[in-house]
Amino acid sequence: MSAVVDTVTRAGQTPEEAQPWAELGLREEEYARIREILGRRPTTAELAMYSVMWSEHCSYKSSKVHLRTFGDLPHSEALLVGMGENAGVVDVGDGYAVTFKVESHNHPSYIEPYQGAATGVGGIVRDILTMGARPVAVMDSLRFGRADAPDTARVLPGVVAGVGGYGNCLGLPNIGGELLFDDCYAGNPLVNALCVGVMRHSDVRLAKAEGVGNKVVLFGARTGGDGIGGVSVLASETFDATGPATRPAVQVGDPFTEKLLIEACLEIFAADLVTGIQDLGGAGLSCATSELAAAGSGGMHVDLDTVPLRDSTLTAAEILMSESQERMCAIVEPAKVEAFLAVCARWDVLATVIGEVTDGTRLTVDWHGEQIVDVPPRTVALDGPVYHRPMARPADLDALQADLPPITSTDLRADWLAVVGSPDGADKSWVTEQYDRYVQGNTVLAQPEDAGVVRIDESSHRGIALALDGNARFARLDPYVGAQLNLAEAYRNVAVSGAVPLAVTNCLNFGSPEEPEVMWQFAEAVRGLADGCRALGLPVTGGNVSLYNQTGDVPINPTPVIGVLGVHADVRTRVSGGWQAAGETLLLLGETRPEFAGSAWASVVHGHLGGLPPQLDLAAEQALGGLLATLAAGGLVGSAHDLSDGGLAQALTESALRYGVGATVTVAGDPTAALFSESVARAVVSTSDAAAVLAAAREAGVPVTELGTTGGEALVVEGVLELPLAELHTTWSTTLPALFDTPEAVTGTRPAGAVPTGAVPTS
Amino acid sequence: MPRVVVDVVLKPEISDPQGQAVLGALGRLGHGGVSSVRQGKHFVLEVEGTPDPAELRQIAETLLANPVIEDVELHLVPEAQD
Amino acid sequence: MRIGVITFPGSLDDVDAARAVRLAGGEAVALWHADDDLAGVDAVVLPGGFSYGDYLRAGAIAARAPMMRTVVAQARQGLPVLGICNGFQVLCEAGLLPGALTRNSHLHFRNRDQGLLVERADTAWTSSYEQGQTIVVPVKNGEGRYVGSDADLDALEGEGRVVVRYVGGNPNGSSRDIAGVTSADGRVVGLMPHPEHAVEVLTGPSVDGLGFFTSVLTGLVAA
Repeated sequence: MSAVVDTVTRAGQTPEEAQPWAELGLREEEYARIREILGRRPTTAELAMYSVMWSEHCSYKSSKVHLRTFGDLPHSEALLVGMGENAGVVDVGDGYAVTFKVESHNHPSYIEPYQGAATGVGGIVRDILTMGARPVAVMDSLRFGRADAPDTARVLPGVVAGVGGYGNCLGLPNIGGELLFDDCYAGNPLVNALCVGVMRHSDVRLAKAEGVGNKVVLFGARTGGDGIGGVSVLASETFDATGPATRPAVQVGDPFTEKLLIEACLEIFAADLVTGIQDLGGAGLSCATSELAAAGSGGMHVDLDTVPLRDSTLTAAEILMSESQERMCAIVEPAKVEAFLAVCARWDVLATVIGEVTDGTRLTVDWHGEQIVDVPPRTVALDGPVYHRPMARPADLDALQADLPPITSTDLRADWLAVVGSPDGADKSWVTEQYDRYVQGNTVLAQPEDAGVVRIDESSHRGIALALDGNARFARLDPYVGAQLNLAEAYRNVAVSGAVPLAVTNCLNFGSPEEPEVMWQFAEAVRGLADGCRALGLPVTGGNVSLYNQTGDVPINPTPVIGVLGVHADVRTRVSGGWQAAGETLLLLGETRPEFAGSAWASVVHGHLGGLPPQLDLAAEQALGGLLATLAAGGLVGSAHDLSDGGLAQALTESALRYGVGATVTVAGDPTAALFSESVARAVVSTSDAAAVLAAAREAGVPVTELGTTGGEALVVEGVLELPLAELHTTWSTTLPALFDTPEAVTGTRPAGAVPTGAVPTS
Repeated sequence: MPRVVVDVVLKPEISDPQGQAVLGALGRLGHGGVSSVRQGKHFVLEVEGTPDPAELRQIAETLLANPVIEDVELHLVPEAQD
Repeated sequence: MRIGVITFPGSLDDVDAARAVRLAGGEAVALWHADDDLAGVDAVVLPGGFSYGDYLRAGAIAARAPMMRTVVAQARQGLPVLGICNGFQVLCEAGLLPGALTRNSHLHFRNRDQGLLVERADTAWTSSYEQGQTIVVPVKNGEGRYVGSDADLDALEGEGRVVVRYVGGNPNGSSRDIAGVTSADGRVVGLMPHPEHAVEVLTGPSVDGLGFFTSVLTGLVAA
């Protein structure tokens, strides 16, 4: 093999050599800037590193200028580690810290649903682990095209099996999430995964390479050709073509290895064996080494020949960019290397010293004895391009907002059944039964509850609550208000469980930033979220941005998925959403206005999207949240359920069907508004002490309406309609199985835990 | 290096839902001529020196397959092309 | 009384099993798959999970761990052993229990609260129950379909070795709704459902699972 390695020396001697920067997604001025930084052309390996680290996915070059707003929020006592690290860390009391984050894996999940979703879970779990925390739960927020579209039948079962297959095998309970359908996601499903981890304050770890002479240790899976399809233009690097002709663009997950990695890391943290740690995700070693070095003093040397490979034909650039899963990179003091390797050996985790922290400010990489990378790591990891993209209010927005929805139902009973039987409103058990909710034995509430609740201390009963919400219809109608409405809903969902909301994360899914209208939507959503957080006094701990989500030229509806974390001082006072007893009084907290724009009713019954979203009232949300916490702590309510998509009809349905307890209620005023309006800051509670709840509500300044009483075998709205629970249950529970329990869908999934090797997308 | 291929399939009397799902899909896709599908596992072992058939059979029957539910077949591939 | 809980690479419900032992009043002892010494425990629980990723067959590789050789030898002398989910799969692979666990008939992982009929209330692990009692504990597996040849199943039924049977729906297509079986001497029990996830009102669908752990502790005290 007459390999010519493109060394730093060679790059200096061949300034005119043509390089495939455009094929790697770099713009001409970006390539020019790389040459300027280096004072020469980049080597092939350097070009690979810059191109992937300066991609939208890694550099946030279009979103950065907007995201800075979150950093301007008032200081929060609860925030121990803020944005910029792998995940933010929040003080939840008693010396406990919690780290949580959502990340998208949208595009990989469209190409290969099972592996795309599985590795999405794997990636976010490693982010949480990297902070020094034990991962304790996951959630998933999913969006697909129309439920009856053929491609949804291909993508959804695989995604669900992938989320479950990976999370179940890691032993992480799945405690909730979302599953929604809309045509706009037909060619671009959204797969957002959240992970939450718990640690003691003193255990927080940072991704930083410090201490000259400290070793760089790569541990976990071997490096293969996963996820480097995009750099196949560099395969001619060695000027011979004996390597595999194409590399799979899909990463393949191995949850068993990740489980071992988790246990090994926790043992390593407990024994204090690392000074810095970083997981390998997008951009693999390029990202991990440059970020670790950039966060430290800057100097690092890596010998690429020491990296354990699964495929010996990989080129240097491919090794640097490989997105093989289940790998981590640690900075270890020389005296602790032996102990570090011993822990890894005990867990059958492969660990290799691949380099060390050096004096100086350069990241250098050797390959076959020659230097192929010599860069200032900050220029790779931190000082990438930043764009102020042009923005324009969507031209169709005025017309959309002026297109008011219908306001009167002609058949309330039929509409009720249509809403709760729609794919968005229907029972999600078909999905959630594929997820382990019980493992670890600390799950206090999980789906279908409004929020997931996990106990974090068995003796003090302290716990946390989490909710994820992302109504894209509201955000389409007004992204500024829509983002805040999503924040409000997640806040409310955490509050109905009895928790006190504490911190916010987000996953911002939008179309192409090169479209001024999309960029405007993005900027408005970020501004809205920041203003909402300021009003609620909550910090943004971090987040994720996913752009270029579109089918053909049509962007998805703006989908800012917002996560809110809350704290339970005592999880034993948590409140469930289901009615468990007959004879309880049902009270509606909050105020109902005739607000149908963007509602589930307008969408399901009328196929309508237009108007202005419901009026936001964060002060009312705070008052309601405070009241719900008081009611929970005092044991004054038997259940609490928030009102959102589908309004009162959806909430009553879910509360009744949970344990098969009906109710008789009376609604005042216009029944369409009473049943289907999506006015915010509302919840239904059931209580055996109505007087006490009314008094507390008066104190909190929350309006209350008495709805009726639980009991019976039906939901009865007096003078309006009667729905036997059996009929309601059939309508609600058969939708998803009928759509997705087809044999074809089943054939498309892979067994939980069965890892196909070398999987290449075939569809 | 000599290779040994071990194929493991569920015994005929054990139901194979994966194979049945594939068979059903084939029928719906118009391949009515396929009358049975059994899904199994395929192992490729590379062996140093001369393979010992008895040892390989033991490996196959005690680890690679569960004799309670699975049948096993061994094939020796004399000398791989590479 | 000291109850060992073995951790294999990929075990997940070991913490939960240990908690259940403690809540039942026993002392939980962590055992490591690569050791071969049972540390003098009075009984052993093989927990749920995906040992070795279940990549070969569920439980297959764990069944060949050094600790399992000791467990098999001791079980033949009467050591009480409970295998839950992956632990049940390990016990079948290790030959301590008959039959095998295969891919669910519907091909999905399924997690739900499951009704079980207790058919044997005289094993080392079920003496706290009444024969004929119905309990609710979570089931969660992808490869939980219990199978065996008709002759073997007939023999098993004839000997009364079905300990628990699914009621109110079969979650995975198991032959004859079998959820758990026992060794001939009633000392070794394996079941797919997870009694260790039904030991606290706060976190489980019931506390019906605690009986498995109190059974063995009561039996040991009496012995």
